[in-house]
Parts: sequence; C-alpha cells; structure tokens
Amino acid sequence: MDPRIVLLVSALLFSLGVLGVLTRRGAITILMCVELMLNAGNLAFIAFARAAGTAEAQVYVFFIMTLAAAEAAVGLAIVIALFRLRETTDVDEIHLLKW
Amino acid sequence: MLKLIPWIAILPLVGVAVNGLFGKRLPRRTVGLIGCGVVLASFLLSCGATFELSRLPEDARHYETSLGAWLPLGPAGAHGEEVTIDWGFALDPLSAIMILVVTGVGFLIHVYSTGYMAHEDGFHRFFVYINLFMAMMLTLVLGSNLLVTFVGWEGVGLCSYLLIGFFYDRPFDARTGLSCADAGRKAFIVNRIGDFAFVIGMLYLVTVFGTLDYRGVTQAIAAAGEGRHALLVAVGILLFVGACGKSAQIPLYVWLPDAMAGPTPVSALIHAATMVTAGVYMVTRMSGLYVHAPEAMAVIAAVGAGTALFAATMGITATDIKKVLAYSTVSQLGYMFAAAGVGAYVAAIFHLMTHAFFKALLFLGAGSVIHGQEGQQDITKMGGLKAKMPVTFMTFMAATLAIAGIVPFAGFFSKDEILWGAFSSGKGIVWGVLAVAAALTAFYMFRLAFLVFFGSYRGDRHTFDHAHESPRSMTLPLVVLAVLSVVGGWIGIPKALTGGADLNVFHHWLAPAVATAHESAEAAHGAGLELSLMAVALGIALAGIAAAFVVYRQREGMAASVASTFRPVYTLWRNLYWVDELYEAVILKPFYAVSRFFAGFDRWVVDGLVNAAGVVTEITGQLVKLFQTGYVRNYALLFLMGVVAILVYFAMV
Repeated sequence: MDPRIVLLVSALLFSLGVLGVLTRRGAITILMCVELMLNAGNLAFIAFARAAGTAEAQVYVFFIMTLAAAEAAVGLAIVIALFRLRETTDVDEIHLLKW
Repeated sequence: MLKLIPWIAILPLVGVAVNGLFGKRLPRRTVGLIGCGVVLASFLLSCGATFELSRLPEDARHYETSLGAWLPLGPAGAHGEEVTIDWGFALDPLSAIMILVVTGVGFLIHVYSTGYMAHEDGFHRFFVYINLFMAMMLTLVLGSNLLVTFVGWEGVGLCSYLLIGFFYDRPFDARTGLSCADAGRKAFIVNRIGDFAFVIGMLYLVTVFGTLDYRGVTQAIAAAGEGRHALLVAVGILLFVGACGKSAQIPLYVWLPDAMAGPTPVSALIHAATMVTAGVYMVTRMSGLYVHAPEAMAVIAAVGAGTALFAATMGITATDIKKVLAYSTVSQLGYMFAAAGVGAYVAAIFHLMTHAFFKALLFLGAGSVIHGQEGQQDITKMGGLKAKMPVTFMTFMAATLAIAGIVPFAGFFSKDEILWGAFSSGKGIVWGVLAVAAALTAFYMFRLAFLVFFGSYRGDRHTFDHAHESPRSMTLPLVVLAVLSVVGGWIGIPKALTGGADLNVFHHWLAPAVATAHESAEAAHGAGLELSLMAVALGIALAGIAAAFVVYRQREGMAASVASTFRPVYTLWRNLYWVDELYEAVILKPFYAVSRFFAGFDRWVVDGLVNAAGVVTEITGQLVKLFQTGYVRNYALLFLMGVVAILVYFAMV
C-alpha cells in the first residue's frame, strides 16, 4: 500500500480531531477528539515505520497508546469531578479562570 | 598624672552618661552636682598634669599618649610609607593653658548654670549637652593630631547647635524672624562651610606629608623646604577658612550673634570663652606651618584686623545686651587672629586666655542682669541697676575695664602685646585698625555699662521693683572670674614695664610650643617705643570711655541726637551692614533656585522615568490579560495557531 494514502488518512483524522476540539462544547467529546488526534499520530508513525522498513517508530506507538490510556483516565476523572461540582460538562460555562 | 590626660576629656562623658540615662528621674540638685563634679575632676586632673609638665625641663615639655590606632590609611606622603592615625592625646605648654582655661572657666560656668537654669525645663538635658561640650572641647585641645582635633571640633559644633536651639520652641529674633531652633541650624550650617575647607586642608597635608600629627607635620614642613611653598600657603588658607567658621570671622561670622539664642551660660562658655577660640588655638597649633607661609599669615592678619573693626562698629548700635557682647566677642577674636597673623602667637593665646576670663564674666554678668529682671534683654529698657545688683555691678565693671584695656586689668596686657606685635612686625596698618577698634571697644562697653547700671530705670516699674541680685551660686563664679580678670594679665607683663626685669612667665611657658616668626624684629625696637605705644593705646581706650560718658551719661538725649546726625552710618550699623540680607540675596536665593531646579528634575525626570517604567508595564499587562478569556477553546485555537506558525517558519527556512 502506498504510505502516502495512510498519511493522508492520518492527516484527515488529525484535522477532524482539531476541528472537534475547537468546535465542540462537551468535555467528553473534546476528550474523544484528543484521542482521535493521538491516534492520527499513531497512524503516521506506523506509515513511516512501514516505509522505512524499521521497527523503531512502532515503539513510539506503544508509548502513545499507554499515554492515551492514562490521559483518558485522568481526563475522565476530571470531567466527573467537574460534573459533580457544576452539574455540567459544557466547557463554555467553565470560564472562571480569567482576568 | 601625665598618663591620665585622656581622662581629662573622658571624665565629662561620665556626667553625660549618668545625667543622660538617669537625669530625668534624679533631683535637680544631684544632676547639678554630677554635672559640676565631673568638670571639677577634669580641672583638678588638668592642674596636676600641668604641674607635672612644668617640672620637666623646658625642651622636654611634651607628653604624648595614644588610646590605640584609629584609621590605617595605607601608603601616603612623599615616601609612600604606611600611615595610621592614632587616637592620640598630647600635653604641651599650649594645650596645658587651653585645658586649664577650658576646665577652669568651664567649671565656674557649670556652677553658675545650676543657679541660672534652676527654673528652666530640661535642666538635666542642659547638663548633658554642656558636659558633652566639655568632653569635646578637651578632645579638641588635647588631640595630638589634626584628625582627633577635628573630632572635637565637630563635637563642639554639635553641642553648640544643640545648646543654641535649647529653647527650641521659642522665637528669637524679631528682625529676621528666626526661632531659637533656626539660630542653631544657622550656626551649624555656617560652620559646615568652614569645616569643608578644613577637611580639604587636612587631606592635602596627609597626602603630601603622610602625617596629621602636629609634631610630624611641623617637622615635615621644616624638612620640605621652599619647594612646597605654594602648597603650604593653600593649606594654611584652607585651615584658616575652617577657623573662620568656628571662630566667627569675616565672612562666616554671621552665626555668632544669632547664637545668643542659647541660654546665657552657653553664650559665656561656648560662644565667648572656649569653642569660638578653637580657631585661634588651631592656627597657633599649626604655627609651624604658618611661619613658612607668610602669604597665609597676611590673609589671617587682614581678616582678623578687619573683623575686629567691623564687629566693633555693630556692637555700638546693638540694643540687646547679649548681642553687644556677641559682636564684642567677634571683634576680640579678630584681635587674636590679627595677632596670629602678624606672628605674635603668644600674644594671641595670651589674649585668648584673658578674654576667656573677662568675656565669660561679662556674659555671666549679663545673665545675672537678665535673670534678675525676668528675662529683659533690651538695654534701652534698663538703667540704674547698680544699687539693685551690687555684686553683678562690681564684677561687670571689672570685666568692662579689662576689655577696654585699662591698666592694670588683664585685657590691658594682652591687648597691648597684640598691638605691640602688630607694630613691631612692621604692619602699621594692622596696628592702626586695631587701635581704632580698641577705641570703639572701650566706647561700646562703657555705653553698655552706663545704660544698664547707671541713670534711671527705663523699663516698667514692676520689673524694677522685683529686680534682685542673683543667688550665691551665680555671684560666686562672678567674683572668681572678676579676680581673674584683674590679675590674669599679670603673668604676662612685658619687659618694657618692669625696667628690664624678665617677668613674662607666660611668654617663657609657651615659647617651646609655638613657632615665632619675628623674634629679631621685636628685639630691634627699643623699650621706649613700646612704652609710648602703650601710652597711646591707653589714651585711645580712655578717649573711648570719655566719649561714652559724654554721650550716654552727661547729657540726656545726646545719644539720639548723635544717631540722627550720623543717620546713614547709624542706619548702616543698626542693620548690621545688611550682611544677612546680602547673603540671602547672593547665596541663599540662587542656592534655593538651583535646589528647586534639581528638586524639579528629580521629581519630574528621575521619578518620571521610574514611574514611566511602571506605567508601561501596567498598560502592557492590561492589554495582554485580554487573551486570558477563560474559554478552553480560545486557548486551544491560540495553541494551534502557534503550532502552525512554527511549522510555517520551519517550512520557510
């Protein structure tokens, strides 16, 4: 398979993730979009590893997956704490930390 | 006993400590006893030390001791040797006379003060200050180098300031609108001008000769020869400017008349007998320098003689009893400087001593007069106090005769020695000016005496009825000082009067300590000339007295008609030559203008820059904080834009 196609898909996924983070208001959705961006990165690593014919880049993928799991755990914990406190997960309503 | 000389200066500090710490809670009697006691102890110690000094052979009469090293200055002087300034104290015939005068007269004035200050607030404060003054004055005269002297010099200046402003909440002078506190400040600031020159002179000495020790400087100067002549003249004049400040000579005399704001014993001790003579002492002490700098001596003689005459004229028209005496003091200090300037250092110190006796007595007498009349100081409102205050009257007259130079009172011998010194050194102008000043002195002193003690009282009846002789503690010092004012001159009777017998003890005592410039010139003149000059001086004094008698005693209203005949002169003298106004216009106004300019520069430019830095920071903060919206998505967008910007940057490079 041509790695350029894979990279294209990766870029598409990343852009979707960015778009989601910027436009969505639900904290959970934003977290999911972040996951999307991370996995777009993973995909790019895989594509490069394949093109180069080496395995080093794949090691990073495992790291990123671990990190993503941790991020999801912490992120969801924050969201739950937030919800308990404010009864909402809408990030536009959580804007006290400003001038 | 000689080993103990630092204690002469330290003992009064014990009084300062005790009265300063506990004086408020001690009864006045105890405070006075401690204050007088420490000075008496100093006096006895001074007597003992001087006696011991006199037992030494003449050329060995110099004892030096040190309380330890003070300032290690590093390499200085011609050979770059290590210079260290010691806390050195020295006793030689010159400082011996000074400590005897200072502690002796000082003790009498302390005793007097216990009576004079008895009804004033701040009794213990007064004794703390005046004891501190004694300590500082004794440091000044006992210091073996210029820097230790300078410590005392500044110390007495401080005490002078504190004591002039002693009644800090009272107004002082209606004409200039000064308060007592202002008068103190004026004295302090005028003195600083002189001290500035003094310090520069000292720095020159220490950098060029590598020592500030009096003996070391004298030896170094003698060894340096002609090559250093210009420097010696410069240093001589700089040190003399310092002396001008302390000893109230033209152009820095203006503070002394205002120093009369202090209590009268202070005027007697500090502003007549001791502190103001420090300049004369210093010049005499540095005589080893001055004899090698005749130009500087000429300046001293000119300033001294000029001041003697100038101040005497202002004394004639003053109506405040203490101001008359203040101008008289300035005038007499001018005499001493004139003597030093013509090389008659011994005469200068002789007059310093006799002046300390009779001027202290005059001030204390004036204090007694003021004390007895509930604070009245205006002599135009006095008169006829002779009967009310017999002791004050008799002692005051003794001092008046002494200052006028009537034989055989103390002032006659010392003043005559100065006049003879001026004449025999070939400075006829100085002699002439001093002779005129002598006539004026006799005139204004007898004017004062006639107005205060003779005639009929011109103030209100009530004050006169209550006028009374002062208590014993005040009259006793008066009597002692009166005796000294009579006999004090007898230790310096010139050869011409004794038919060749050498009875001038004073001269012999001081000879080893003081450099002389014109011994040979003096010897060249005959005794006959000296005698006739003496007669002239006496005649001049008697003429002054006679004039005062005619104007103020013989005919009622004569003084007023004389004043109106010489209206312009009278106005000039009455307004003190407008010197204060002149200084105000020439020095103070421009100084204030410059100060205001720099104050404005500081406020608007320097402060402006600092404030601008703050304002810019704040405005920047105000703008930047707008990015902090609180919305997560804004941050994410900015984050994205940043990433894109970095990527674009790397793509371009």
